Amino acid sequence: MHHFIDRRPNPKGKSLGNRQRFLRRAKENIKKMVDRSVRQKSVTDADPSGGEEVTIPAKGIKEPFFASSPKGGFRRHVLPGNKDFVVGDAIPRPKGGAGEGGRKASEDGEGEDGFSFTLTRDEYLEILFEGLELPDLVKKNTFEMETSGTRRAGLTTAGTPNNLNLVRTMRNSLGRRIALRRPSQASFQAVVDELAKLEDIDAPDEELQARIAALQEKLALLERRRKLVGYIDPIDLRFDTHVPEKIRNSKAVVFCLMDVSGSMQEREKDLAKRFFMLLHLFLERAYEHTEVVFIRHTHHAQEVDEETFFYARETGGTIVSTALKKMQEIIEERYPVDEWNIYGAQASDGENFGNDSEKCRQILSEVLLPSCQYYAYVEIVEESDEKLLADAEEGADLWQNLRQVEAKFPQFEIRRVAEPGHIYPIFRELFAAGKSEGR
Amino acid sequence: MPDLLFDGPEWTFELLSKAHDAIEEIALNELGLDIYPNQIEIISAEQMLDAYSCVGMPLMYQHWSFGKRFARDEALYRTGRQGLAYEIVINSNPCISYNMEENTMAMQTLVMAHAAFGHNHFFKNNYLFQNWTDASAIHDYLAFAKNFIAGCEERYGIDAVEEILDAAHALQTQGVFRYGRPPRPTAEELQAIQQQRQGFEDQKSVLDLWTENAMRAETNLNELKDSALSDRQAAMNLPQENILYFLEKHSPVLEAWQREILRIVRYLAQYMYPQKQTKVMNEGCATYTHYLIINRLLEKGLITDGAFMEMMHSHTNVVLQPEFDDPRYGGLNPYALGFAMMQDIRRICEAPTEEDREWFPSFAGNPDWMAVLRDAWANYRDESFILQFLSPHLIRKFKLFMLADDAKQANLIVSHIHNRQGYRDIRAALAQSYDLAYQEPDIQVQDADLRGDRVLKLTHAVRDGIVLDPKNRDEVLKHVRRLWGYDVSMTASDHKTGTRMSHVSTAA
Repeated sequence: MHHFIDRRPNPKGKSLGNRQRFLRRAKENIKKMVDRSVRQKSVTDADPSGGEEVTIPAKGIKEPFFASSPKGGFRRHVLPGNKDFVVGDAIPRPKGGAGEGGRKASEDGEGEDGFSFTLTRDEYLEILFEGLELPDLVKKNTFEMETSGTRRAGLTTAGTPNNLNLVRTMRNSLGRRIALRRPSQASFQAVVDELAKLEDIDAPDEELQARIAALQEKLALLERRRKLVGYIDPIDLRFDTHVPEKIRNSKAVVFCLMDVSGSMQEREKDLAKRFFMLLHLFLERAYEHTEVVFIRHTHHAQEVDEETFFYARETGGTIVSTALKKMQEIIEERYPVDEWNIYGAQASDGENFGNDSEKCRQILSEVLLPSCQYYAYVEIVEESDEKLLADAEEGADLWQNLRQVEAKFPQFEIRRVAEPGHIYPIFRELFAAGKSEGR
Repeated sequence: MPDLLFDGPEWTFELLSKAHDAIEEIALNELGLDIYPNQIEIISAEQMLDAYSCVGMPLMYQHWSFGKRFARDEALYRTGRQGLAYEIVINSNPCISYNMEENTMAMQTLVMAHAAFGHNHFFKNNYLFQNWTDASAIHDYLAFAKNFIAGCEERYGIDAVEEILDAAHALQTQGVFRYGRPPRPTAEELQAIQQQRQGFEDQKSVLDLWTENAMRAETNLNELKDSALSDRQAAMNLPQENILYFLEKHSPVLEAWQREILRIVRYLAQYMYPQKQTKVMNEGCATYTHYLIINRLLEKGLITDGAFMEMMHSHTNVVLQPEFDDPRYGGLNPYALGFAMMQDIRRICEAPTEEDREWFPSFAGNPDWMAVLRDAWANYRDESFILQFLSPHLIRKFKLFMLADDAKQANLIVSHIHNRQGYRDIRAALAQSYDLAYQEPDIQVQDADLRGDRVLKLTHAVRDGIVLDPKNRDEVLKHVRRLWGYDVSMTASDHKTGTRMSHVSTAA
């Protein structure tokens, strides 16, 4: 009696419970590492879509047991493969204990210092914004265009010379030459040389003549062989092929705008960074190709690289509209609206110079927003500023002006945040399902 | 000429079934194997990783350490540093084996011959498994354990359960009976246990029964001088090597459900203990069985030369024994040693030399070599098997030599090599290295005076001067303290001279 059972369709993730318990156990350490990784990571390469490799100290997740010490005492080891030892030979003790101890540690997969494993994207985000529920992120409608291009499609035995795949062809040729025992150039030359040497001798005796004859015969054989087994044969040839393909062209660009005047401190920047990063993570998932543009501004705006964006100091006043103008310029210059999905994200502490806020409203409503998929403005306020957090009516000049814009444009949203915990819910709110439909 | 069983790499369930029947024919009628009914399950790579993390069990309670193991194995597997096993087989009735879906048909055939017949026969016939494990009940028990622990988590919280499981896992190797059979519960006890499990009732009644019936009779009072001590030792059946058992029965602080968890952990440890003691034999038996079977399949014309070569390729990989100075060397390969020993026994039966007749008079030249093998598989464990069957021929073939590693000496000394003077000592030392009772530290509960200082006194009998790793020891002692509720001390003394070597306590 026997039977076979196909277990493959069984529900996956049988060990999910164990994994959760493991993450829970190591949470503090993992969180520390994740937090550190966020700080070290740049916004553009923060995508842990393949999971995030973390190494945590093995300390909290050790499983102790009564183990014999690897050192000391008297032991006998029986080993295979004696070469030339005889009884009484002395062998210096291998460094780092008597072998066995070292092995055990590595078998466990954990040295003294760390245990490495991979967090999934969801786990990573969950830990990054701990205490928040991670919902299914909903893809927004994306503008997609189709262009045609070509894609590689393996190798064929026929093709045009310009598509010849040299490496594969030569590999085949080499294999065939070895298999069919084609005499190599060197062995051929050796015979030729020897023959020449013998022929140079004057008045050859009989024995020598016999050798010359034998060599000539051998040479002829080699020559025939080399002719017969070509260096490159048509069957060696391999060509690259390409097939035409329609390519979905979905590109997105994220503009990160930030006020870097003196009032934006480490805390504000860290919050802004988390927001930008999430936005980038999200868009990366939705689009095949995303680019990020960093614009920082004080009383004038400039496009900078990421490092400068987050870490360089700048002093000066605050004129928000300069950044918006810069964004407009860059769009016109590099990102044609019909090819790119444009996203804007702006972080500021809400201060602005004089009547500049009015100007911001104008630029946004008239120029930027009509060409943007989406634009989010995040105002970072003090944690103690409960009044501002609780009441959207309250706020300075800039906030008030932007509120007016928000009312008119569905793709424009403004929010206030005060602590890391706020970011994710706000992000979720901004990207809630069904919000941008009908646009 | 009979038809081929299969021709081509793809497997289907019909082909598997056909191959199984052909193997069964050879295994039962030609080799005389005796097996549990087979249940063969096809699983994916992820499921194999799952099974890995849960010590190969089909069902397991949940614990973070399994998640850790999974994360580690997955990382190793994904980065290509470690392949997965072709199969996992479980000592149960019916005998469940898991085969990977990625195997080719030839590999599935090999794996079936190996696991579903080789291991299966070993599980059913080896005395350790027969006496110490209950193959027909393990699934029910695992299901019970999983549900019980899930129930406890719900009732008492994950942290509370985790604390007990952590402590119990730390004592796993001290959770087995090595010498005496575990006392079997009586009918009354079984009933009480049943009730208690169903309703999570107080375990007091069960405990009373256990201590009174099973344990008291076994102690020997005469040798003890101190009467209070002797009373205690009698009452608690001391000294006791099974620390988990002791804590389960006598810890003054544990709740009924906590005792049940200790019981689950030690029950599973006991279930696994025979496997730990028979790695060489078990793999040797399975490998030799598949080797015989695939050769017969080829002889009978049931498989192609190509399929046979594929199987032999895998076979040779499995029985590869790198030499000690090879970078791949990682100890003696149980497959290699086991397989070589089985082959050698057959050689001794079929073509004994003078030396073999001198060393193995009982079976050298015995025409029924399969019967000799079956007898060996049934009645030995690694240690006794090697001590009994490792031949000088094989010692020469493996070029075994022995290093004496005395911490007092600056160098390692080659003490024996594969010559006439060395055979017996090498064989004895190799056998000892498979003796778990020697390899695992000998730790016992000596005394615990609940009316006095309540300190749980553990002793470690130090053999050959090999002490415990202090870091691990102190961590485990903390766990023991948690389970005992009061301080725990451990005294290490040399097992020959009785000289005290160290004393630590959680009180300090």
